Amino acid sequence: MTDVLALAKQDLLAPSGLNDNQLQNVIHTLAGRNIDYADLYFQSTYTESFGLENGIIKSGSFDIDRGVGVRAISGEKTGFAYADDIEMPALMQAANAARSIVKQGDEQPVQAFHKRVGHALYQPINPLHSLSENDKVELLQTVEKYIRAKEPRIVQVNISLAGEYETILVVGSDGHVAGDVRPLVRFNVSLVVEHQGRRESGYAGGGGRFDYQQLLTGDVAFHYADEALRQALVNLEAIDAPAGSMTVVLGPGWPGVLLHEAVGHGLEGDFNRKGISAYSNRLGQKVASDLCTIVDNGTLANRRGSLNMDDEGTPTQNNVLIENGILRQYMMDKRNARLMGVESTGNGRRESYAHLTIPRMTNTYMLNGKSAPEEIIASVDKGLYAVNFGGGQVDITSGKFVFSASEAYLIENGKIGAPVKGATLIGNGPDALMKVSMVGNDLKLDTGVGICGKDGQSVPVGVGQPTLRVDDLTVGGTRSAS
Amino acid sequence: MKNNLMNTNHFEKISSDILREAERLGASQAECVIALSKGFSVSAHDGDVETVEYNQDKSIEINVLFGKRSGTASISDIRPEAIKSAVEAACHIAKFTGEDTAAGLAEKEELAFQYPHLNMAYPWSLSVQDAIQIACQCEREALAIDKRIMSAEETTINTMEAFYLYANSNGFMGSYPHTRHELSCVLIGKKGDEMQRNFSYTVATDPSQLQSTSQVAKDAVERTVSHLGARKIKTMKTPVIYLAEEARGLLGHFIAAISGGSLYRQSSFLLNHLDKKIFPSFMHLQEQPHLERALGSSPFDDEGVATRNNIFIEDGILRQYSLGVYAARKLGMKTTGNAGGVHNLIVKHGNKNLTELLKTMGTGLLITEIMGNGVNIITGDYSRGVSGFWIENGEIQYPVQEITVAGKLQDMYAGIQEIGSDVDVRGNIRTGSILIGEMMVAGS
Repeated sequence: MTDVLALAKQDLLAPSGLNDNQLQNVIHTLAGRNIDYADLYFQSTYTESFGLENGIIKSGSFDIDRGVGVRAISGEKTGFAYADDIEMPALMQAANAARSIVKQGDEQPVQAFHKRVGHALYQPINPLHSLSENDKVELLQTVEKYIRAKEPRIVQVNISLAGEYETILVVGSDGHVAGDVRPLVRFNVSLVVEHQGRRESGYAGGGGRFDYQQLLTGDVAFHYADEALRQALVNLEAIDAPAGSMTVVLGPGWPGVLLHEAVGHGLEGDFNRKGISAYSNRLGQKVASDLCTIVDNGTLANRRGSLNMDDEGTPTQNNVLIENGILRQYMMDKRNARLMGVESTGNGRRESYAHLTIPRMTNTYMLNGKSAPEEIIASVDKGLYAVNFGGGQVDITSGKFVFSASEAYLIENGKIGAPVKGATLIGNGPDALMKVSMVGNDLKLDTGVGICGKDGQSVPVGVGQPTLRVDDLTVGGTRSAS
Repeated sequence: MKNNLMNTNHFEKISSDILREAERLGASQAECVIALSKGFSVSAHDGDVETVEYNQDKSIEINVLFGKRSGTASISDIRPEAIKSAVEAACHIAKFTGEDTAAGLAEKEELAFQYPHLNMAYPWSLSVQDAIQIACQCEREALAIDKRIMSAEETTINTMEAFYLYANSNGFMGSYPHTRHELSCVLIGKKGDEMQRNFSYTVATDPSQLQSTSQVAKDAVERTVSHLGARKIKTMKTPVIYLAEEARGLLGHFIAAISGGSLYRQSSFLLNHLDKKIFPSFMHLQEQPHLERALGSSPFDDEGVATRNNIFIEDGILRQYSLGVYAARKLGMKTTGNAGGVHNLIVKHGNKNLTELLKTMGTGLLITEIMGNGVNIITGDYSRGVSGFWIENGEIQYPVQEITVAGKLQDMYAGIQEIGSDVDVRGNIRTGSILIGEMMVAGS
């Protein structure tokens, strides 16, 4: 097996000739006085992307970002500084800045370094090298030719291929030293169709922690193009969405963004330590219908939201957040876990070395129930069947959340009817989850496109769910329900 | 800080080196952006400092052209060897991109060789300790005003000095320093089991123009407690007022729809609307890129083109699009100096303040918060989650939440009845509150 830690040290420390002794010295400087915990986070990220627009490979970019973040924690206080030079002087300067948060005090013992091993959920590879530049460009062109040949009403096509090769090394004052190599690729298709003066768009994409070869197997890239076209054509037929409270059936997979917004954020440790989430102080209480079991699982192989270890070196876990409707646990990083007297759940994440670690989700989804999806739709007299969404947002304190449907249909007398235009769905997390009255047996995870934003930091995440029936959710259309 | 960050000569030399290296590698044209910033943010919680973050960011973006093929690269490292390899990477990528007839730098005559020196940099001589004191004081004041304030989530001071440089192989090199300082206070109010979170902030290029801690504390408290007791309202059609800070977004969608990228991709509901009436006749939207001290000001755009006082809407009619060089060529037009967006969009307003505007509306919805991203620029379809207040007889009756407002942007723009005089100057779009005749509200 590849020694990921050795790879990380080679990539991050070797170019500047940094060694374990020097890192010990920095940690010693940092952790010397009244500090509960301190860490160094070395990171290098190589990103590339190619974009095709209407037959032309229009953009190609290559980005390198390298640096080190230094954090010192004392009680509730955190000092943080970073440098984009991985060199000893810059590191010491950042360490002195970070520890200035704390007044002078007694010396603390620093733990001897020991290696902490994470999972092996993905290969420690550089996906940028998994395909030649010519082949990358050719993939985009082939997919465009394929989809244009299918439908003359396409007036605009944008296809992009992006890859990222990220290496991190975490050194903690608790002695933990851990490394990870994180490949991430993504393929997107968006297009616009026009018919009799009406223009509508469709979008699809996917990816994960693997190399580009995965996108060439099984025609997956062509399926994304098909899916984008299908959505655009459905939207051409869409009528105005209804307005008001109604029963909503959510399709499997990406609609799990509902759980991410309505439940997930409210269960992050920082909000609950401060007691400002709609779910604060409710462990052990019923917060959802009996049918709901929701997990945050960072240990799924090759998924976009998965990590061998979080950004504090803690191996990720399969955390049961809500079990048969009962709130079981919050998602924790080391800092909030210590302040709340629990263990980290492996949810400490950061966008980059230049950002502070906070509790974040990985892959968040609901487990299967017993109902067949057809049975769920057949159970609704009048309602909305929403199968695709743009994105969402939540106010964790009041619990209210929104998410925007990009593909939805009316349900009438138990049957799927006309497609309707995009509409925002709004509800309150704890209320909405109590109103889940049927859960399908068709759990699906999304295709690997999720980006979650919090405190100005973006991280890749996954979502999923089986088909769900929610009684009574407000649908923000323009048409008065007749 | 001034010694290293604002060392204009040093970064001018780096940009010349980049352009020269690109030429040496065979590029027919090249351009680069160097952006640097340095500052810190402190946040207070429970009467003490919670976090201190020192920020120091550098980025260099390089774009090279080989005829009509382009390649870009970016790095955060300004050592000569890193820069050299980034130029090579950009040149390498350009081998694989296609011939794009619209590609290329701005023409020489479009470049802002004589650009104005705007005052946008007002460094704040504030120590971290002082910043902590101010944040703690603001929190303390907020917590003392009203018993219904349960806690302060965080009170933050953020201060940043930055430097921006753009250079290209058509001989343009321009740079300017700018600053940004901000104080914000996020509060949690509680009444029974209900909790509401709200905030207030003040932001400026010049710290002397920031509101006082007392003002920020007072506004944050008022905004938080006034939303306690929020309920749903029933589904109906009703007039709405977008509070000035949220009205900004409404006009942001307009700017997105007239921006070159949306237009040449045929992805705008305002495609082919030049010289057509979009808004009522009293509406006038103008860009003023050279305002002193304004956060949105800029002497030249992201392509070195001179910024200017563009009039986008005159008497309700769309007079011009917002274009950069590439989109302009695609559309057979000329750049309007809007590569990177508009700079200080000024919306002509009426003379009624918010209280008078509420009276004019009589009965309807006042929107104070918008959630979600349900806006489709291609079709104009609009559906957002909102919170606010229910208004009767021109007065606030009770707070509302968990409702949506929906419509089509085309109809919403045409349906604007008045713009209030309560202009919010904190953002790049300066507008008062906006009254719209009728929208669909979905609730219970």
